Amino acid sequence: MDFERIYKEHAGRVLATVIGLVGDFDLAEEAVQEAFAIALERWPVDGAPQNARAWLVMTARNRALDRLRRRARVEKTGGDVERLSPGEEPSVPFEEPAEPELDDRLRLIFTCCHPALATEAQVALTLRTLCGLTTEEIARAFLVPPATMAQRLVRAKQKIRDARIPYLVPEEPDLPERLDAVLLVIYLVFTEGYAATSGEAMVRRELCAEAIRLGRLIVDLVPGRHEPVGLLALMLLHDSRRAARVSADGALVPLEEQDRSSWDGEEIREGKQLVERALRAGGAGVYALQAAIAALHARAERAEETDWRQIAVLYGLLAEIHPSPVIELNRAAAVAMARGPEEGLRVLEALAARGVLEGYHLLPAARADLLRRLARWEESAAAYARALALAENEAERRYLTRRLGEVRRAAAERRV
Amino acid sequence: MQYLLLIYGREADWDGMSEAEQGKVFGEYMAFTESIQKSGNYVAGEALHPVATATTVRVKDGKKITTDGPFAETREQLGGYYLVNAKDLDEATAIAARIPGASHGCVEVRPTVDFSQS
Repeated sequence: MDFERIYKEHAGRVLATVIGLVGDFDLAEEAVQEAFAIALERWPVDGAPQNARAWLVMTARNRALDRLRRRARVEKTGGDVERLSPGEEPSVPFEEPAEPELDDRLRLIFTCCHPALATEAQVALTLRTLCGLTTEEIARAFLVPPATMAQRLVRAKQKIRDARIPYLVPEEPDLPERLDAVLLVIYLVFTEGYAATSGEAMVRRELCAEAIRLGRLIVDLVPGRHEPVGLLALMLLHDSRRAARVSADGALVPLEEQDRSSWDGEEIREGKQLVERALRAGGAGVYALQAAIAALHARAERAEETDWRQIAVLYGLLAEIHPSPVIELNRAAAVAMARGPEEGLRVLEALAARGVLEGYHLLPAARADLLRRLARWEESAAAYARALALAENEAERRYLTRRLGEVRRAAAERRV
Repeated sequence: MQYLLLIYGREADWDGMSEAEQGKVFGEYMAFTESIQKSGNYVAGEALHPVATATTVRVKDGKKITTDGPFAETREQLGGYYLVNAKDLDEATAIAARIPGASHGCVEVRPTVDFSQS
């Protein structure tokens, strides 16, 4: 019996349901852990029940009720702990209705992503309760000591209980804003797993997979809204390039140099369908536009076939609804590809003049790339060196170091 | 469940208002208070005199020490409060958002401890 797999498959959903039943995060967590411990003991002997999840939910619920009863009795008798008979486990697996369980998870994600909690707490709580990641795993993914992460989770759960953050799906007019918060958390989970800033590859893959799973959940459970569809599309299209993104020695491989045959065709196909669905529904939102850009990259079988003109237009639209220097940086790269490096440099210079990206390595890195294409080797080398001085990510540093070597050699050759 | 809604704002803004403007804000508060009294959320509420009238008291070694001024100097000052009944944080923040002062300064929402429950 592969208990690890059983746990991963069921833990999140069982916990969501039990939180819904008993209305207390900590109590539910303890009870679910107990239920799994009992299963670990009995299933190898008695065989797994037909409806494993229903069994786990019932067992955890009984355990939680036991604890509540015990607590009440202790209070009544003034702390005199009484020995209780162990709770009855369900002997007949009952048919668990599918719908209420989905509602439980939806309610839970809205609770975890409540704006009264800090964003970092929202992310941690979502991973802990909906994805079933351990506190240690979350701590590793976000590079904080486990004790810090544990405290963050405890504080968030305390606030949910003491300030009485409701356990329900918000209604209009609050829904759009609350949904945005949920999508942001899912996106943060994904980018944390994808950006490869640091940390273990295993945990990072897990984060991406969980984000995509949550994305699907929201698409299914909040129908009639196009933002979740755009986000799911974006995550799938980015994830499709995961294998090609980092070379065997751990260096970041730029898009135009990636082995496109190793992109995940299934994720691309689904991602493209979802982008079209989002855009057709009139949802040219932040996620859908980025997904549309990713889809244009995915469509090009070779880097030279990329439709940079359209990509530049999409970045322009994106910059209109969501003005950001990083988007402007990407637009500069697309403009350079569509209309030549000089045009791209012009966009970068306007951006540099605003001074908002001071100290951010991607600005000199983008400039260096364009100067390299214009064979302005010395200037390019200076820009790569500047980017290298600012970059912290190991994979990115390797890429920049390689480029710096190339342009320095080219500059030296010209001097001879 | 009871929540204390603490209304913070810049006293200088209030002082800079004309009498007509102050009258308008006062009217808004009257209407708001009446509406939460009608809905059954209202428990208590008061406006406070400016922080210039504040006095801080501490007891050290059994001796009362009185000093002029508020406990903490802040950019926005506590100007009044409401104590309300609400079923959860969402209802409490919805009420807080309707306080006229929320549009000028901010409202801190704090759940009160119910000793009969724990």
